[in-house]
Amino acid sequence: MTAAAIAAPVRRQLHPPPVAPSPFPYNKGSLLSVQDLTLDAVSHLLARASALENMDPLVRDRILLKRRVALLFYESSTRTRTSFELAAKGLGADTTLISNLSSSIEKGETLKDTGLTLRALGAEAIILRHNSSGAAWLLEETTRLPVLNAGDGMHEHPTQALLDLRTVLAHMRPGIEAVAQDTLAGVTVTIVGDILHSRVARSNMLLLPRLGARVLLCGPPQFLPELATGAGPGISIERDFDVALQQSQVVMMLRIQAERLAGQQIDLEQYKASYQLTGQRLASHAPAALVMHPGPIIRGLELTAGVADGSQSVILEQVTNGVAIRMAVVERALMGTSTKAGHA
Amino acid sequence: MTALLLRNGHLIDPAAGVDGPRDILLKDGKVAEIGPAGKLKPTNGTESLDATGLTVAPGLIDIHVHLREPGQGYKETIATGTAAAAAGGFTAVAAMPNTAPVNDSAEITRWMLAPERGAHVRVYPIAAATRGSKGESINDFAALKSAGAVAVTDDGHPILKDSVMRETLAAATRVGLSVIQHAEDTRMTQGASMNAGPTAFKLGLRGMPPEAESSLVERDIRLVTELRDARTHLHVAHTSTAAAMKAVRTARRNGLRVTCEVAPHHFLLTEEHVGFYNTNAKMNPPLRSAADRDAMIEGILDGIVDAIATDHAPHATHEKEVEFENAPNGITGLETALGLCLRWLHKEWKLPLGRVLSLLSAQPAALLGLKGRGTLAVGSFADVVVFDPKVEWIYRAKETRSKAHNTPFDGWTMQGKVRWTISEGRVAYASA
Repeated sequence: MTAAAIAAPVRRQLHPPPVAPSPFPYNKGSLLSVQDLTLDAVSHLLARASALENMDPLVRDRILLKRRVALLFYESSTRTRTSFELAAKGLGADTTLISNLSSSIEKGETLKDTGLTLRALGAEAIILRHNSSGAAWLLEETTRLPVLNAGDGMHEHPTQALLDLRTVLAHMRPGIEAVAQDTLAGVTVTIVGDILHSRVARSNMLLLPRLGARVLLCGPPQFLPELATGAGPGISIERDFDVALQQSQVVMMLRIQAERLAGQQIDLEQYKASYQLTGQRLASHAPAALVMHPGPIIRGLELTAGVADGSQSVILEQVTNGVAIRMAVVERALMGTSTKAGHA
Repeated sequence: MTALLLRNGHLIDPAAGVDGPRDILLKDGKVAEIGPAGKLKPTNGTESLDATGLTVAPGLIDIHVHLREPGQGYKETIATGTAAAAAGGFTAVAAMPNTAPVNDSAEITRWMLAPERGAHVRVYPIAAATRGSKGESINDFAALKSAGAVAVTDDGHPILKDSVMRETLAAATRVGLSVIQHAEDTRMTQGASMNAGPTAFKLGLRGMPPEAESSLVERDIRLVTELRDARTHLHVAHTSTAAAMKAVRTARRNGLRVTCEVAPHHFLLTEEHVGFYNTNAKMNPPLRSAADRDAMIEGILDGIVDAIATDHAPHATHEKEVEFENAPNGITGLETALGLCLRWLHKEWKLPLGRVLSLLSAQPAALLGLKGRGTLAVGSFADVVVFDPKVEWIYRAKETRSKAHNTPFDGWTMQGKVRWTISEGRVAYASA
């Protein structure tokens, strides 16, 4: 029974206190959530990603020459950390990496104090990867620096959604960089697996429907609660993987996040039988779909090696697109949105 | 002792059925005389306060506060917590036992009541139901009661074992104490930091399902029913879900002595007020859905709710300036309760002023059997709040008397400003 059904009949129209508007982001260079970006801002980032990617490295190098960018990583990372670092360095910025395993974080320093320390050391922007949802908001509120959310707990990973969008556009809408509400009309993107613990899933399901895409979520109830569809418009659930595949132009596979299971047990054999993307499944139900994965992939679990290496896989393109997108995002963080003139 | 004459105020004393202009003479810590406005004259040595245009009411009583002593004086002390209480119009507060060490002994109960604690208003300790609040072995309720405890609870560490809860209810009944339960089946809330639902999913936070509260309330009511003793009193602390409210409603209809309290944040705020990880909107039970919040309002308006209690839970600033899931639960509430109740329950939702004040004084006093409190009938304790019901003002957390600033109501508009709080005949708070 729902709470509304249990409640005593409401005898009058209640006008309870409203929710105050969010003060975030405090710094307009920040990228905390995909929801911070208007479609115009997304278009601009896509355009800048292409422009920066194609620019002479010796020219690009001067854009953020000697600016200071800190990478603050509380979780291990290969793709995100390296591509952010290459992106910042590609624009000429100095970068420094602080990880929880080789810093005062190990001694008990709080995120607030680490952030303030980095600011005092001259950091002009902080790229944060953290195991707690919302950590990027806390860091931005306390430092007021541009904060780039490189993944916060189970919450969001906005640059991943942007690089996924760039990848999808390159295949589905080649040549298009200025996006609008209908750019991805008619495109169904299925996200498969451990949705509950996935920040990649959340950022994608909040971004892609704004461009007209339909997002189908697919997974067992343990990883995909019914209420997930309430996260935003354009999101629905199809638990039968084959049925979902038949409708999909894009399929995003997710890793089971063992580190966030919090005691949950999962029957891997049963999971694979229902949700593993195999060559046969792909050939039968979605022979033309793009196969994506944010990485790290676990071959033989959520997808087979053949699919990962197969012709429909764009997994490594996603990685490459990550550098371009993160150059645009780092540039935006330090240049401010108003200074785009002169760089296009 | 000195005498104090409150002249020409508008007395609202729901328990005594008074609602009109009166003079009140307080003497030796008690209410000595009540007369028509302008009729009582100050004699030699009687201090006199002019309450013209002000509302005079029994001092407010909060049956659910955390004063953090012994052991956590960096968050709050009995002195600072009761100073905040006085500023909020409260003249009596019941202090929860989740201190360090847990208040599970007559010795700690007496320590809390010692004059050296510097309490500004009356403190009523609520003792732990089980040793160390571990939910295993029951404390000596008779000894706790004679030391001054007014109820037993393992607040924050709900008693999950049926056998222990049954024995707690039976033992408390034998000595005439109420059992207060923080209803949360903690097996359903591991690692969770807000209400379960679409908002928690969207924020990537693990959720506490409403059933974690309601199932334990239902279990407790079943145990009360099975005891078949009309004296057994179960009090449901900080009710937050429609389902729990319904369970209390049904129990009452069945004639059981089951009461409940609601905190201002649970009848005003929802999970949406968590915003982007505002740790000052994190408490346990958490802010719930709009339907749950509406059920709290309805429960108050239709009289099923017995008391407004704040669950005043002070924390040091540094403890709240952390990742949402790592922040401790709780918000302060003593200074904002009256202003919020008047602004919303009375002004917005038209609950008569007398009923608002009753929920904040007469009813909680009756609920815990606090004799001589919650009314200003002659012979009662001289516990009085005098406030200007017309004044609107903005609450500023930085001006608090509490040690703690963890409130979601910073910057909110309050209705009704406390002018004086009088505790047993002494002025415990006077506004500038």
